[in-house]
Amino acid sequence: MKYRVHVRVMPRAGLLDPAGQAVEHALSALGFTEAANVHLGRAIEFDLEAATAGAAETRARAMCDRLLTNPVIEDYTVAVTAP
Amino acid sequence: MIRIGVISFPGSNCEGETLRAAERVGAEAVSIWHQDRDLKGADVVILPGGFSYGDYLRCGAIARFSPVMPAVRAHAEAGGGVIGICNGFQILCEAGLLPGALVRNAGLHFVSRPVDVRIERTDTIVTRAYARGAVIRIPVGHGEGRYVASAEVRAALEADQRIVFRYVQGGSLDAPGNPNGAEGDIAAICNPAGTVVGMMPHPERLADPALGSDAGLGVFQSIVTSLAGAC
Repeated sequence: MKYRVHVRVMPRAGLLDPAGQAVEHALSALGFTEAANVHLGRAIEFDLEAATAGAAETRARAMCDRLLTNPVIEDYTVAVTAP
Repeated sequence: MIRIGVISFPGSNCEGETLRAAERVGAEAVSIWHQDRDLKGADVVILPGGFSYGDYLRCGAIARFSPVMPAVRAHAEAGGGVIGICNGFQILCEAGLLPGALVRNAGLHFVSRPVDVRIERTDTIVTRAYARGAVIRIPVGHGEGRYVASAEVRAALEADQRIVFRYVQGGSLDAPGNPNGAEGDIAAICNPAGTVVGMMPHPERLADPALGSDAGLGVFQSIVTSLAGAC
């Protein structure tokens, strides 16, 4: 089966996120003062051949742990959908 | 003669200055390609500055898996000298040879200017030629140089005196302190033995008196002194 994998990578909670702060300030300057705790992350998507959705997720998590994310500074979530 | 190897990754851009600085202190400087699987007999290997693999994904994240890296890891684990400068420091952290990570500067800007760093420890492969507590002015040039680590790792680094350089407030406005918001003003760290070192500043960029200062040359002199003592 072919699956679509969606990896969402965010800076670790509590880590100073100057890019998120800069965007928050810009939003505020535009009048969107109600936006708070803005954080910038990264989305990674790819197709994956696997027997089941569970197997696809296991494989994708291995990729996250090995290369796609750095556990020192980032947290991630994985979602698997039909392509 | 002591042999210092400098690895070129795709996107490295400081290997020329690094090789010349090694030659200046009387070492034999050898260039190592990222696809080499051995270190060409180097006693000490340097991962130079630059933008390996375009800094894609994260700085150093892809270079970490270069064919040469197993040899670098084996060299480090055998007690051999491994030094990462700027992008090289980022690669060593991504490879797990040093703890922590280097993230976007707190001010978001790429910072390219001289900084003052204090020598916190002199029994490492890169600081033997300096006096403890001495302050040297050498350049930085990075967008992702803010050192971060978990509270436990930070505490262990401090307790084990594994901070090698710390940013200090300079004596003039042209070299202000901590340029990137690094925790603990950390500019360089090492492994417990002081044989694996990562630093954000670029000593190789100020290693020739013709440039008005050779404050960074001591890093290379220290490598030679360390190895001469070991032989």
